[in-house]
Amino acid sequence: MTIPAPAAEAEPGATAGEARAERPAAEKIAEVVVRFAGDSGDGMQLTGTQFTNTSAMIGNDLSTLPDFPAEIRAPAGTLPGVSAFQVRIADYDIHTPGDVPDVLVAMNPAALKTNLADLKPNGILIVNSNEFTDRNLKKAHYETNPLDGSGLDGFRVFKVELTKLTRVALEELDLDNRSRDRSKNLFALGMVYWMFSRPLDNTIEWLNKKFAKKPVIAEANVKALKAGWNYCDITGAFQVRYDVEPADLTPGTYRNINGNSALALGLVAASRRSGLPLFLGSYPITPASSVLHELARFKQYGVTTFQAEDEIAAVCAAVGAAFGGSLSVTTTSGPGIALKSEGMNLALMTELPLVVCNIQRAGPSTGMPTKTEQTDLLQVMFGRNGESPLPVIAPASPADCFDVAIEACRMALRYMVPVVYLSDGYLANGSEPWKLPQVEELPDLRIDFHSDAEDFQPYRRDPKTLARNWAVPGTPGLEHRIGGLEKQEVTGNVSYDPENHERMTWLRAEKIERIANTIPEMEVFGEPNGKLLVLGWGSSLGAITGAVNAARARGYTVSRAHLRHLSPLPKNVGQVLASFEHVLLPEMNSGQLALLLRARFLKDIISMPKVQGKPFNRSEIQDKIVEILEGDAA
Amino acid sequence: MTTQIVPLTRKEFQSDQEVRWCPGCGDYAILKVVQSLFPTLGIPREKFVIVSGIGCSSRFPYYMNTFGFHTIHGRAPAVATGLKTARPDLDVWVVTGDGDALSIGGNHLIHTLRRNVGVKILLFNNRIYGLTKGQYSPTSEVGKRTSSTPVGSLDNPFNPLTLALGAGATFVARGVDVFQKHLTEILTQAAAHRGTAFVEIYQNCNIFNDHAFAYMTNKTERANQAIYLEHGKPVVFGDNQQLGIRVKDMRLEVVELSDSVTAEDCLIWDETNPVLATMMAHQLPPGPTPVGILRRVEGAPFEESVQAQIQHEIDAKGTGSLEGLLHSGDTWTVGA
Repeated sequence: MTIPAPAAEAEPGATAGEARAERPAAEKIAEVVVRFAGDSGDGMQLTGTQFTNTSAMIGNDLSTLPDFPAEIRAPAGTLPGVSAFQVRIADYDIHTPGDVPDVLVAMNPAALKTNLADLKPNGILIVNSNEFTDRNLKKAHYETNPLDGSGLDGFRVFKVELTKLTRVALEELDLDNRSRDRSKNLFALGMVYWMFSRPLDNTIEWLNKKFAKKPVIAEANVKALKAGWNYCDITGAFQVRYDVEPADLTPGTYRNINGNSALALGLVAASRRSGLPLFLGSYPITPASSVLHELARFKQYGVTTFQAEDEIAAVCAAVGAAFGGSLSVTTTSGPGIALKSEGMNLALMTELPLVVCNIQRAGPSTGMPTKTEQTDLLQVMFGRNGESPLPVIAPASPADCFDVAIEACRMALRYMVPVVYLSDGYLANGSEPWKLPQVEELPDLRIDFHSDAEDFQPYRRDPKTLARNWAVPGTPGLEHRIGGLEKQEVTGNVSYDPENHERMTWLRAEKIERIANTIPEMEVFGEPNGKLLVLGWGSSLGAITGAVNAARARGYTVSRAHLRHLSPLPKNVGQVLASFEHVLLPEMNSGQLALLLRARFLKDIISMPKVQGKPFNRSEIQDKIVEILEGDAA
Repeated sequence: MTTQIVPLTRKEFQSDQEVRWCPGCGDYAILKVVQSLFPTLGIPREKFVIVSGIGCSSRFPYYMNTFGFHTIHGRAPAVATGLKTARPDLDVWVVTGDGDALSIGGNHLIHTLRRNVGVKILLFNNRIYGLTKGQYSPTSEVGKRTSSTPVGSLDNPFNPLTLALGAGATFVARGVDVFQKHLTEILTQAAAHRGTAFVEIYQNCNIFNDHAFAYMTNKTERANQAIYLEHGKPVVFGDNQQLGIRVKDMRLEVVELSDSVTAEDCLIWDETNPVLATMMAHQLPPGPTPVGILRRVEGAPFEESVQAQIQHEIDAKGTGSLEGLLHSGDTWTVGA
């Protein structure tokens, strides 16, 4: 479909003849960051997603950051129960969901308490004043009502009786008040739509589809949405109204996508492009489960999803399917990788293709499952017994997860090796517009199983890639045995010969290194050499790009580069590092990639660690850039 | 895949690898049975896959000239589940031991049985850890003195049969390494079963736990100590078929047959009755113990259900196009 015109002149629900305040003209702004915060039962993720999708349809560039508690339903109204969704929309190319919100919608005192500190000075605060009861204030540990007094001075505060207004709007529907209250998030969304000149039709269509079997719920939600819009239009509650115009995106067809959905689609694409059936062995774990959910819906694409009894069975079943000739995948997060490490090594030793997806979360141990981190890099690089190098690749944005999934499959199939796809919770749940690729332009991943029984040897290698033969059961004349014991070169028979063991160890390592022949060199944005390079990997791309662009706009000379392949590294990494006096490396861990690069290239990397379960802000990286460059100048 | 003429001799199922179990090990007898059985099943050799874990028994695949996968400790049922689910056309056999299947891999065993994956599981039970040099196992009797329990083990053993029955297995049987003809018959039945076929095989470790089953394998006692189960037949046994089993007060009891108590008064074995199977599985020494098929019922094999569900989705929705998948959901177009 084409971009719908913003329905600035539409009057979605206004009753004819009703008095209406004069609608202020929409002020054009380049971007805005909105955060919806409420109780985990308030539907904030849904509200945020709808605002996002509508903005995507308008053609804005966007980036989202959902932030939800680990508890499915923490006690209502409490601080741990707060769920939030931040979205940044812009009329230009953006890279992050924004450091600080311009608009905060707080559905209850707890949401206000946990989010107010982030709101930009003079930012817009919309609160549901009905929820600021003595009981709720107590649950949020407020001694006095923050809506009274001067605590909110410095913000543009709009106290709205959201609960009451929603109930009134739904008066004539055959629903109890409890059910009516469930629609108050849509009332709030309607208000925000009005404030940012968004059309309602996309959300109305979605609600009608979603609640097709419960028409009264659909009607209640649509009514509440319109009522919120009309409330603003009629009462003139807000004297401000904004519009964010479409961004100048590359021509093409787009959809909004989060990282885990993009991963799932990438795996199906790789299956189709390789001609191999996709087998997923998985065990539910935050924040990886949604990949299992997505793929379970794709059975008509020949996808088999196997919810195993545990993480170990999940990887082992995938290894078994790989032996049988499937494109095999297992998905998990750090704690699951800990359990899968022996199974991963079995795939490594038997040289079978396998993609192991680690959607990282904050650790150690159970850690903070819903929070993001990049703390498993060293785990996936080294967390196995024996000499066991394998390829590691990290996506850098939600849409990039699609391409990286295909690249992970390519490496696994071409080199007969387990590959780690290293994403994180921020990418998994965050979303951005994705320009849909042309299917025929996707990499050709077709492979041939070995079929020639003449002088067959299971560990005979392709001289170029060093990949061994993939001889699947059922092929006459190719009966052979593989296993976790050390293999004799070529024959694959069990061998305890010391020289053979050392040779096989180097062969397995060399095979990984040769992948570097087939990956692009690391690209440097900005000057190819100079004072400062900001280097990153994975999900910090957005914050780093934003920070470097902003610093350059202020006249600082700073370049940036981003690593997608972490093992093996692109061939020019050493040379790039040597071309800069300083290399700043922000990562959401204690400095794990910095440790690896220092060891390998003897370059004194300036590590910028962050271990808060939160992504980097653009501004903190920018400050660090300025500090280094100014400090250097001084 | 093309099918070729099936090799018909035991020799064609012997690999070129030297068998390296201890001389006198019960594993040799089981290997011989399996190598002799496979050529008779009418299945092309390349369709067989033997999957094992870790332990003495798990060396089994190396000695079979079929496809084989010597995996990691305890995980053979999980690897086999993935393989069979992805490739229902293959004939997948799991070879495991009491430590591999019941200790480190207990979880995978029960879940494979619960799902009814169409693999055969041969559990070589020697009631000891052999490859790690003689520690007690989860089937060792209480008080077992071993290198890790010098003054006797304290924990109760598993009964593999009751465990398998409890996990919902559709085929549960017991054989004995030295009862070659009987074992061949049991494995023939296991091979024909759709769904998981679980066979516990009493196997003597002559190094670390010699004579563990001597009470029933010893030639003079054998007939009086082994209860051979046959579906639809009265449960009678003994050198002269002079003993029988009957149900009394909700328990099984051994009776001597006489003019007043005849075979007709004995239990008629019914391999579909889960209660009887459980009662029989609880018959432990001292006293005669059962061999043969304790339970056999029909149940949809997991891999067939998985494939049927995929086919159903394809029939209902058509073979999905990648183009269509990528464009699913809300899309919008930015013009040039």
